[in-house]
Amino acid sequence: MSTSVLFDAPGPKARRRHALLAALGLLIALGALYVVLRKMGDAGQLQKDLWSPFLTAEVWQEYLLPGIWGTLKAAAISMVLAGIFGLVFGMGRLSHLSAVRWVSSIVVEFFRSVPVLIMMIFFFGVYADNNVFATEVNPLAAVVTGLTLYNGSVVAELVRSGVYSLPAGQSEAGLSIGLSRGQVLRSIQLPQALTAMLPALIGQMVVVVKDSALGYAITYLELLNWSKTLGSAYANTVPAYIVAAFLFITMNYVLTVIARMVEQRLSRRGRTTLPGVATTPTGGDVEPAAAGTVGAPGRGM
Amino acid sequence: MGDILSQYDVLGAFWLTIQLAVFSAVGALLLGTVVAVMRVSPVRILQMLGTWYVNTFRNTPLTLLMVFAILGATFILGINLAPGSINDNNFRWAVVMLSVYHAAFVCEALRSGVNTVPAGQAEAARAIGLTFGQTMSQVILPQAFRGAIAPLGSTLIALIKNTTVAAIIGNQEAAGQMSEIVENEGSSIGIFLIFALGFVILTLPLGLLFTSMSRRLAVKR
Repeated sequence: MSTSVLFDAPGPKARRRHALLAALGLLIALGALYVVLRKMGDAGQLQKDLWSPFLTAEVWQEYLLPGIWGTLKAAAISMVLAGIFGLVFGMGRLSHLSAVRWVSSIVVEFFRSVPVLIMMIFFFGVYADNNVFATEVNPLAAVVTGLTLYNGSVVAELVRSGVYSLPAGQSEAGLSIGLSRGQVLRSIQLPQALTAMLPALIGQMVVVVKDSALGYAITYLELLNWSKTLGSAYANTVPAYIVAAFLFITMNYVLTVIARMVEQRLSRRGRTTLPGVATTPTGGDVEPAAAGTVGAPGRGM
Repeated sequence: MGDILSQYDVLGAFWLTIQLAVFSAVGALLLGTVVAVMRVSPVRILQMLGTWYVNTFRNTPLTLLMVFAILGATFILGINLAPGSINDNNFRWAVVMLSVYHAAFVCEALRSGVNTVPAGQAEAARAIGLTFGQTMSQVILPQAFRGAIAPLGSTLIALIKNTTVAAIIGNQEAAGQMSEIVENEGSSIGIFLIFALGFVILTLPLGLLFTSMSRRLAVKR
């Protein structure tokens, strides 16, 4: 329901009240901003020479761009692997063999309820103790493993609810022209489900980008870690983190906008989409509670 | 396995996890409700402030907020929430950042609850002559709360899992304890399973509870 339905068109009295509330809100916001700037000013964090390094090519080339690269690299590899993981276990949960269904369900539910950081610490320990990868690759591998297992499980749920959200007539029509169950799943249900979940999938990228910052805890060199180094190199810790936050917000905001565009494009072509981060803003690292509204109610826990 | 459990205070670590989760959940619910009210209010400036809050904190990694709380806010800006006790300062900042971060999700959960109410409900309420207050309290909010149960449940579960991020600023909760054990004893599947199962035990019953509640209380349409 849009806000306009909640409220009547304001009369003269209500308009005055709204103006008062607006002034009050603005005052509180400006007050908060003043307190923040005052605190920063007192600590000497507003001085020009702490901020001017961000206008030099060196800071970007030596710190921020490698940071962004590290974040995007981990996120991209994880998303591709999570897609494969999700497809395999999502199909597993739809299998008509109950054993396959059970195993897939347990795997998916388990990895969805374990915090990503716990997985990263575990796999980093395993990789480092056994020299699985080269020393400098271990952190990346641990970050990718953790992100893949968690987000793969989320994607598996998306696949499942995507298939469930299709009208029953789709699979019935397939079966009645003599396709096997596997053929119906592969050539009728999955292609439609994947299109429907595309916006939610792009929205999930936001979660991956954000969670890649957890790599900070296991010495993976991503944007947050590079910002810390930058902060100590130029003695401008606070500005460095603020710029890093701004970069994260920009990357994620771009992803959200792309997801919304894909969704609009699909709905213009008359396709229904799964509510993902783009539409129901439950998004973030809350697993698509969105999935709760489609197919399996409340599944998105 | 047994000596790891006797040597380290795993239960104590999970107790700290629960404390973090409870305090932050209350904080996030309060702050998130305020932001949600701002976003659905008819005042343009309040809407914009609410939207700004959600877009900013939903797109910033929680890890960054945590690290900033200690390295930025405490050390450089000098905002110490518990002078005299490093542990208390870490704990309080963790609660603040967990609340601030998840408030954005609580806001969106509540708002999506309001969105589940069809426009016809409000129109019908007004057509039979209910005042604004009556429309809200008798027709819209009861349905909106029911619609918000499932997303609020997911937010709470995500919050419990995200308390692990507090380990990065030195809180000895589950993840902090685990990384200490991994450092001393090496990483093993047993250690992983202890901590993973701890979180399964914390989150699984909640998930079932919220699922059954959202089904039982769902508004039939």
